[in-house]
Amino acid sequence: MQTAVQRPPAHIALPDAGPLAVALNDISISFAVPGRPVFKAVAPTSLHVREGEFVSIVGPTGCGKSTLLNATAGLLRPAGGTVTVFGERLEGLNAKAGYLFQQDALMPWKTALDNVAIALEVGGTRREEARAQAKEWLRKVGLARFVDRYPHELSGGQRKRVGLAQVLVRGPKILLMDEPFGPLDAQTRQIMGTLLLNLWAQDRKAVMFVTHDLEEAIALSDRVVIMSAGPEARIIGDFPIDLARPRDTADIRLDPRFHELYRDIWNQLKAEVVKTYGEETP
Amino acid sequence: MHPVRLLFLQFLVALAVIGIWQIGSTVEIGGDYLLPEFFFSTPVEVGKRVWQMFASGMIWKHLSITLTETVLAFFIGSAGGVVFGFWFARKPVVAAVFDPYVKMANALPRVVLAPIFMLWLGLGIWSKVALGVTLVFFIVFFNVYQGVKEVSPVVLANARMMGMNERQLFRSVYWPSALSWMFSSLHTAVGFALVGAVVGEYLGSAAGLGYLIHQAEGVFDVTGVFAGMFILAAFVLVIDWGVSGIERRLLVWRPQPAADHG
Ligand SMILES: Nc1ncnc2c1ncn2[C@@H]1O[C@H](COP(=O)(O)OP(=O)(O)OP(=O)(O)O)[C@@H](O)[C@H]1O
Ligand SMILES: [Mg+2]
Repeated sequence: MQTAVQRPPAHIALPDAGPLAVALNDISISFAVPGRPVFKAVAPTSLHVREGEFVSIVGPTGCGKSTLLNATAGLLRPAGGTVTVFGERLEGLNAKAGYLFQQDALMPWKTALDNVAIALEVGGTRREEARAQAKEWLRKVGLARFVDRYPHELSGGQRKRVGLAQVLVRGPKILLMDEPFGPLDAQTRQIMGTLLLNLWAQDRKAVMFVTHDLEEAIALSDRVVIMSAGPEARIIGDFPIDLARPRDTADIRLDPRFHELYRDIWNQLKAEVVKTYGEETP
Repeated sequence: MHPVRLLFLQFLVALAVIGIWQIGSTVEIGGDYLLPEFFFSTPVEVGKRVWQMFASGMIWKHLSITLTETVLAFFIGSAGGVVFGFWFARKPVVAAVFDPYVKMANALPRVVLAPIFMLWLGLGIWSKVALGVTLVFFIVFFNVYQGVKEVSPVVLANARMMGMNERQLFRSVYWPSALSWMFSSLHTAVGFALVGAVVGEYLGSAAGLGYLIHQAEGVFDVTGVFAGMFILAAFVLVIDWGVSGIERRLLVWRPQPAADHG
């Protein structure tokens, strides 16, 4: 592990026991662009996520958070190191993971309902059955009235929620979420956060959650990890969040312990954000 | 704009053109005709001729032949374009090997092929269909190729994360994307199918709109030429309406302002 990893205080009951859902061991990722030197986006770094654990990843923009999720999903092959999923070395795509992409990933030629239903039909579920379940999930994410809309007729936040339903309907063991609430307003973010926590509490998937909102990261997670500014980004901080569950993502922000955690994490994150910012201003 | 108002304005344009034509060809201005009847005929004459063609029923045979050729050229050309478009887009090596030949074939003026097709396929409808196919094929081919290539990598990654295999990717991702590109060029493709048919008929045949126009030209029957052209133009308009209707049905998922007509 890294040298700078923060050791959790002894009194915290961490989900230490239990097998690992995801283990990124010393992975490094480079991008080769013709005519330019190889860009080393992620330096050798490690991240372990236990079964049922909710881990948030924060870091300055462009540091490599999406890249890390892509490697976990099996969409990117790391140049070095290994990716292990439930103890097995990952080859090809990660079939145990559901991935909610940062960018729009819905099929523009399918309605919201069909976009969700197709995720089940691919696995052999009958059409009517798939549609019934899809409808149920769209209702859960608050889109019951929008089932027949095409993606271009939905707002950015609504599209994200269709994406969420599309991922959750398959019941993946591992959830990869890349700024899922990015385009939502502050209130809806909190509502969606609470919704996500409630859904998660039912079957406790392992979650890797990328966000640029530190408060959100703390409110939702069991652990918050910080990535350093790229290139050669690494995980440089690892903070267990010892706030009691079940949580209300709005009320928890008033907890004094929340503020302590926020201060600790922000102190370290700030330095990284300044680095990125400093690089890009003349 | 209100559709009735639009229709009215469109009608006005036709009226103005016909008016100028009629006056120019029948009213003497300074001892001379602006549009001598021998070269330009007159709208009234052309109208009479069109009416005769329909009244006698002789036009239907020619229309139906041209329509058959157009439809056949369109479907055969499209089918070929779709198959090869997909094949080339999914197999970059094949695309790279054939690239110069595709460009050469596409740059060839199709009119020079017409006599060859007549030699091979005779003077019947198939030589005209072949000419139309060579036009339609490339339009559809390039659009399908582009449509498959331009699938958003994120949509593709998302579909693969769902566990789609190649066949499912084809059905749910590549095909709809290619189809939308193909449809954006549908008007052009149908237009070219018709051009192929008419040019083929013009260059040698015994029936069809192109044949009618050619016959009229052969005896300096300007009225006949204009009547043929008028019927051809009206025919294009009707086909175009049909295509627009199909397009609206199949591409409901596309944002309206982005709908472009190729
Ligand atoms: N396909 C690629 N080719 C070249 N460079 C890439 C590619 N994808 C990402 N990068 C680079 O890798 C670095 C990390 O990118 P990544 O998308 O993972 O950042 P991020 O942490 O998700 O940022 P954000 O918070 O803005 O989404 C960036 O500097 C980016 O420019
Ligand atoms: Mg990102």
